[in-house]
Amino acid sequence: MRAAVIVFPGSNCDRDMAVALRAAGADVSMVWHKDATLPDGVDLVAIPGGFSFGDYLRCGAIAAQSPISRAVVAHAERGGYVLGVCNGFQVLTETGLLPGALMRNANLKFLCKTVDLRVATTDSAFTAGYHADEVVALPIAHHDGNYTADADTLARLEGNDRVAFRYVTNPNGSIAEIAGILSENRRVLGMMPHPERAVDARHGSTAGEPLFAGLVGQLALT
Amino acid sequence: MKARVYVMLKTGVLDPQGEAVRHALGSLGFDGVNAVRQGKVIELDLAEGTTEETVRSMCEKLLANTVIESYRIEVL
Repeated sequence: MRAAVIVFPGSNCDRDMAVALRAAGADVSMVWHKDATLPDGVDLVAIPGGFSFGDYLRCGAIAAQSPISRAVVAHAERGGYVLGVCNGFQVLTETGLLPGALMRNANLKFLCKTVDLRVATTDSAFTAGYHADEVVALPIAHHDGNYTADADTLARLEGNDRVAFRYVTNPNGSIAEIAGILSENRRVLGMMPHPERAVDARHGSTAGEPLFAGLVGQLALT
Repeated sequence: MKARVYVMLKTGVLDPQGEAVRHALGSLGFDGVNAVRQGKVIELDLAEGTTEETVRSMCEKLLANTVIESYRIEVL
């Protein structure tokens, strides 16, 4: 299974993402944002956390206009898999690959802690490695993770089982406790918590491991 | 030519920063501040002949996130 990790100026979880994917068995290449094409045969594109372009204008807004982002959108439109974590989730909403937007945390604080999440659906390559309603503890580290969407969009997300993770205790004001959502074809996942920071006993948790193991395992079969 | 773009959170979208500013004004003793909304002003220095339509396209594609923000263009 081949994965590409996108690197923007200001990305800071790119290497962690690569380590997590490699540990799960993926063949990973790092791709600079100025590249206009993805490496041949890429199954999964991972957009890592960080502060792309210094969060100027809006988090993820400038990154969403990078040359590589056009290639990522084309990859998703061809049915390719995309994982966006934290800033990567913000980039995905800014490209329009995922609906809604991520606003400033309701309490205005930068939140850096481990939170409990409930796995809201196991019907995706990303979440098939978990049990339904399983509670997993993953780190969050963000200032703008307050997910919002209009009533129609929210009804669509709920009605089509597209909420992947929910906060057990809402830390940031997100509507319906949403921590991560899937695209309509269930092949694009955006989430604020960091599974790549919980894949080694030395991280203090391996709760992110099933996400990478499940994903790499499932894509290796295709 | 110059244009100024005002970007605001849409009505109905909670603005926690504006709310924090309102609280701070209250604690400074300014009574009667019912609401505060915080936004952005973006000034554009443009080639002569740039149309308002082009500026609108800039707003739609980049300057505003129309999921949560509205914008207003002022050609100066």
